[in-house]
This record gives sequence, structure tokens and C-alpha cells, in this order.
Amino acid sequence: MKKILIVFAHPRFEKSRTNRLLLDNIEGEPGVVLNDLYEQYPDFNIDVERETALLSEHEVVIWHHPFYMYSAPAMLKQWMDLVLEYGWAHGSQGNALKDKLVFNALTAGGTRQVYLPDARNRFTIRQFLAPFEQTATLCKMIYLPPFVVHGTHLLTDEELAEHVRLYRLLLTRLSNNELHVETVRQYEYLNDWLLMDKRQ
Amino acid sequence: MSSVFLHDALIYLATAVVFVPIAKKLGMGSVLGYLIGGIIIGPFFLGFIGEEGKDIMHFAEFGVVMMLFLIGLELEPKNFWRMRKLILGTGIMQMGATTLLCFAVLSIIGFTWKAALACGLALSMSSTAIAMQTLREKGLTKTQAGKSSFAVLLFQDISVIPILALLPLLAVSTIQASSGKQATFLAGLPGWAQTLTLLIAANAVVLIGRFVFVPFLRVIARIRLRELFTAAALLIVIGTAYLMMLVGLSPALGTFLAGLVLATSEFRHELESDIDPFKGILLGLFFIAVGASINFKLIIDNPWEIMALVCGVLAVKSLVLFVTGKISGLSFDQNMIFSLGLGQIGEFAFVLLAFIAQLNIMSARWSDTMMGVTAISMTVTPLLMLLNERLILPRFGTREAVEERQADSISGEHRVIITGFGHFGSTIGRFLRASGVKATILDNDSDRVELLRKMGFTVFYGDATRLDILKSAGADNAKILIAAIDSPEINLDLIEKTKKEFPNLTVMVRAKSRLDAYDLIDAGVENIYRESLDTSVRLGVDALIRLGFRKYTATRAGQNFIKYDEGALRLLAAHRHDQSAYIFKTREQISIQEELLTNDREVVPNLHDHAWDSDVYKNQE
Repeated sequence: MKKILIVFAHPRFEKSRTNRLLLDNIEGEPGVVLNDLYEQYPDFNIDVERETALLSEHEVVIWHHPFYMYSAPAMLKQWMDLVLEYGWAHGSQGNALKDKLVFNALTAGGTRQVYLPDARNRFTIRQFLAPFEQTATLCKMIYLPPFVVHGTHLLTDEELAEHVRLYRLLLTRLSNNELHVETVRQYEYLNDWLLMDKRQ
Repeated sequence: MSSVFLHDALIYLATAVVFVPIAKKLGMGSVLGYLIGGIIIGPFFLGFIGEEGKDIMHFAEFGVVMMLFLIGLELEPKNFWRMRKLILGTGIMQMGATTLLCFAVLSIIGFTWKAALACGLALSMSSTAIAMQTLREKGLTKTQAGKSSFAVLLFQDISVIPILALLPLLAVSTIQASSGKQATFLAGLPGWAQTLTLLIAANAVVLIGRFVFVPFLRVIARIRLRELFTAAALLIVIGTAYLMMLVGLSPALGTFLAGLVLATSEFRHELESDIDPFKGILLGLFFIAVGASINFKLIIDNPWEIMALVCGVLAVKSLVLFVTGKISGLSFDQNMIFSLGLGQIGEFAFVLLAFIAQLNIMSARWSDTMMGVTAISMTVTPLLMLLNERLILPRFGTREAVEERQADSISGEHRVIITGFGHFGSTIGRFLRASGVKATILDNDSDRVELLRKMGFTVFYGDATRLDILKSAGADNAKILIAAIDSPEINLDLIEKTKKEFPNLTVMVRAKSRLDAYDLIDAGVENIYRESLDTSVRLGVDALIRLGFRKYTATRAGQNFIKYDEGALRLLAAHRHDQSAYIFKTREQISIQEELLTNDREVVPNLHDHAWDSDVYKNQE
């Protein structure tokens, strides 16, 4: 069984309906640990020792965050800058994170259609996530496609419940190691893989 | 060592250990515990101590001498100057009016005018020991009542000098060794010369203090033997007292002056912490001796006379005090505390009455009676204070609870209780209110309570360590209790009661120092907030910034330091119990500092991490 660490960054968690439901009772899932950065470090003073210890204990890392200004909230960037140190996470001696799975789980106000080359946002989510993807590669991690919840403001309760169900399904598969990296990498989003897999 | 000494010590110490905790448990305060203990072991009830109780009292009066030394020490001349108007105004009014009224009444009873005047002066004294001890225990020293009480008591304590100087002028005849062997240098002189001697002696103490004591202490301090310094401190107090007695003056005054002189020296805190334990024990002994000295036979023989005298004196004194308080602008509650707290006759009356008897101004029977009245009035005061707190104030003064508004009001929903709304608690209260959280406040300063209620706060008035008040403030349903009382002892008391009676309440505590924090950790408190930590570090951060550090770097260093220090606190708290010997508090503070400074150098990672540091790449690639 693989252990999953959700590195979660949301400065106004209490106001976010989508994320509250996505993470509701998440620690009840077997092998899942939620690391709520804004709750843990309200002063942005990240405890690097604690974080590296946490990372070492888990095989799967999820960067879970809202998609603010085409990226993650500041705390997650602070976390990456401080925790993913040279000589530990990367560099010739830095192999601590080697072969761990990592991906972004994000919520975005805009629909999938506006994140297209000829649409309003001009780039796809995957293009915006390039820094994350390359950071993971630098740290010798295996970067998977993101799990994305689009159009959060427009979601009906039923649609949102469906997303929550998918996210739980994803966690179960990760935990049970029912995920073939090469197969999954062919999809743009993990959501697509989960839905496709269901239909088959 | 004689077995008599051990026997006496056993009885007195056992009395203190048995009765004070009981009195504290019943919410009566330690003074009353000592007094009741004294009465019970005294000749009238158990008879453990007989007539020698009087000797013990003379011995224990030394506690008062030490207390005056400490009062002198705490009262820097600067503070003394700042309070001069209050001291002079209230003091003159209280002493003048009381003496005058007593003089009138006693003259009517048939005293000679000289005896009536001397006796009136003695009766106008209040007990610094009882009043200050009671106020301190109730955490009231910083209220208006506390300040006024201090001013009046100080004026009285000081005015003992001129009174003692003037008494010989009232002497009926120049006494020639009327008290036998006790003849002192002073007693042999004519009245005017005695007065002159007194003034010379007082000035001598001031001069000796400045030009002999301070250099002497410097020499002793250089030897670096703790017990030697304690010995030197005791030597100063006892020596001054002895010299004054030799001349025939009040030792208390001598030591008060010595204390005042030494208050400006660098040894002030050292002296304070050295003398304080002795003072505490001796004062306790003094209270026990007062209780034991109450002559119940005298009361049974003349019950009405004694009763009338006690009630009369208390009434006159309290009335004068009440009017004084009213004029100096005390509110009703504060004024009641002030006038009942100082209503008794003080320990200086013993000194004055003895001197008066010695001078043959008044008959021995009367001075004995008056001494009895003094002891009884001292015993009654703590009781009156208790009645005032429990029965009078809740009914006529500031109400303990807020009047019930409509049943549907939200007052039942307050989930936070703040005890103590001084500078610390008020900031918490304001912040919570600004964040939309309503808190119930408990405070024992009636002036502040009135103000807060006017501002719409829910405030309960009274001693926060009383369970009934905590209950009515909603401690059963509240979620958090914030203990922000100024006195660490009262805070600790409150926490222990809360843990026992309201185990579901989360307790968050203000700690004044690292040492208090240790005590709180020992008491099992999780959430401890040292009032000096964050602010000091913030100042340090700003200092770094001014020295040219980048603000973010300095701020991170500060954050790390706080985190590290909180950790060190818990570590050292456990480690503290390893030390085999008991160490005095000041000494402990220093050893803690030393330990911290050593650890800091080894551990603090402040600015040495590699965050955002690009040099590492240069070195390795």
C-alpha cells in the first residue's frame, strides 16, 4: 500500500465550497495524510525539517491548491523554494525524492474551454503547470497529469459530488498501486483517465 | 539548642501550616488564618502558649520591622515624591480627624487631655501588616483603594517618628527610670533633649545608610558568597533596629529609613529577595502572637466596655476613612475596601502605647485594655473585609453579575472568559471583540468594571478564584478561559481550581516570566504565553533591521528564535527538577540565563540555513 501526502495550500479554505468537500474527512482514507500549509504555518515560517521528514515517509505527493493567477498560492511556492533543497531533493547527491509520484490537484474558476490556445486564457492548464512539472523532473520524481476541477462557481451539488467521488477513487487507486504510470501519462488530466477507465 | 526553643518553634510552625491552608481553602486569606490559629493555640483555648506569647510578640514584631525595611526598599524616593500629594492629603486628613475625634470621645470619658491626645494618636494608626498583606493577596494593590491605602499607611508609618519625638513633651513628670531596668539613654533626658535626639538619630540613619551600608555591601558582594550577603542584609536590618532601641527609638522607623536610603543602591533587588522570606515567616509569627495575646479574660470581665471600645474605634476610624476616601474621589466599592481595610488599630499602636505607659501619660490598666482592643480590632478587620466582599459590595456596590437582560439575549453564548482586564487582558479582549468574538470578563477593580459595563462588555466583578463567580460567569459552558491576572500566584490558584472544577475548559495563561512559565508547566498547563517573549523578540528584530539586516531575514530569525525558545522552555522545565539543591529565585533566574546563553550559541540555527542561498551551487558545480 502506498502512502499519500496531500500538500494543501489555500489561504481562505473556510470560504471554498469545492475544496472543503474534496478534502472533507480525507484523513479517514487509509494511508492519506493532509498537510494543510496555511494552517500549519500562518506566519509563512515553514519548518523544513518537519516537511522533509513528511516527504520521506510518503511515496505519493499531491500539490493540492486553487489555481490563483495561473499558478498556486504563494505558500506553495514558498514551500517548494525552502523544502526542495539542493543536495537533498536535487543535485548529484539529492535523491531523497527519487521515483516518488507527484501531481497537482487543483480547482479553477474557469471552464476547460477557456484554457485553450485560441481561448481567453491562451494557454492550457498543462502549459501553465510547466514549472511544477520541471521541478518534479529536477527532483527525479515521476510527474503525473493534474487532477482538475473546472468552473467551480458553476458546479451544481450533483456535479461537485461527482468530482469528489472521482478524487476519492483516484486516492484509492494510488494507495492500492492500481495505476500504470505510462498509461496515465497519455491523458491530459487524471480526471480523463478515471472517466475513461470507468467507461471501459 | 534548648528544647524550649524547639517546642515553641514546633507549635508556631505547625499552627501556620495547619491553619493558613484551611483559611485559604475557605477563602479567608492567610492573615485571618494566622490570627485564628493564634487564638486557638493561645492561653484561653488550647493553652499551648501561655504568657510567654507576649514575648513572642515582641520578637515577632521584628517581622514588622523587616516589612518596613522592605516597604522602604520598594519605595524609591522618586515614587515617593510622585505620590506626595496623595500621601500628605489623605494622610493628614485621616490622622488629624481620627486623632481629634478620639481625643474628644476619650476626654468625655474622663481622660486627662494629655492622655486623650496620646491615646488618640496611637489609635489613629492602622496596621500596615494586615492591610497590605490582605490587599496583596486579593490582588488589589494596584486599584485606587490599594493606592490610597498605601498612601495613608505610609503617612502613618512616617509620622510615628515625630509622634514618638513629641510624646515625651506630654509626659506628666520627667520619669526617672520608672520602668526599672529598661532605662535607655533617651529616658534619662529631659523632654526637649529627647526630641532633639530623635531627629539626630533619624538623620544619622540616612547618612550611615548612604556612606556606610552601600560601601559595606559592595565589599561583601565582591566575596561572592550568597549566604554572606544574606547575613549582611540581616545584619543591616538588625543592627539598625538595635541601635535605635539602644537610643530608645522605634526600630521600625530606623529600618524604614535604611530601606529608603538603600532603595537607590544597586543592591535593592538582592536585599529584597534576601529579607523577604524572613519577613514572611516573622509576620506570620506576629499575627499568631497577636491572636494568642488577645486576653479573653479581660473581655469576659468587662465584655461591654471592650465591645464598646472596639466597635467605637472601628466606627470612628472607618467613618473618617470613608469621608477621606469620598473627598479624594474614590468610588463606593473602592472606598468600602479602603475604609474597612484600614479600620483596625495598627501594630505601631503597641509601640506607642508601651511608650505612653512608660512615660506615665496613661495608667497601666488603660494601656493594657487599649492593647487588647488593638489586637481584637486587628482580628476583626479581615472578617469585616470578607463580609464586605461577600455581602455588602454585591448588594450595594458594583454588582457581581450583570443584570439579566432578556432571556433571548446572546449573553449565554459567550464561549470565552477573560479573567483580569489590565493591560494584558484588555488587549486580548479588544482583539477578540474586533474579530467579532464576545468574551465574558472577570475583574476585581470596581472602577474598571463600571467603565467596561458602560462600554457594553459583559463583566463580572469579584475575585476570579471564587467558584461561585466563575460559575455565574458561565464557566460550565464556556470553551476557553484566559487567565490574564497580573499576580502569578492568583493566576496559578485560578488554574488549579479550574482544572478541578471545570475540566472541559481550555485554559490559556499569561505568564509574567520564564520562572512563572515553569510553575505553570509543572501545574500541567499546555497553553502558556510569556508576556515578555514576543515583544522582546520583535524589538530585537527591529534592532537587526536598523543594523542593516533585510527585514525578511530578520523577521524569519525572530520567528525561529521564538519557536526555539518555546522548545527550550519545555526542555529546561523538566531539567529543572534534576538540580539537587534548592536555589533562591533570583539565583535561579541567573542560572537559567546562563544555561540559555550557552545553549543558544550551540543550537540556534537562525540565519544559517541554506534557504534561497545560491552560493551552494557555486561550490559544488
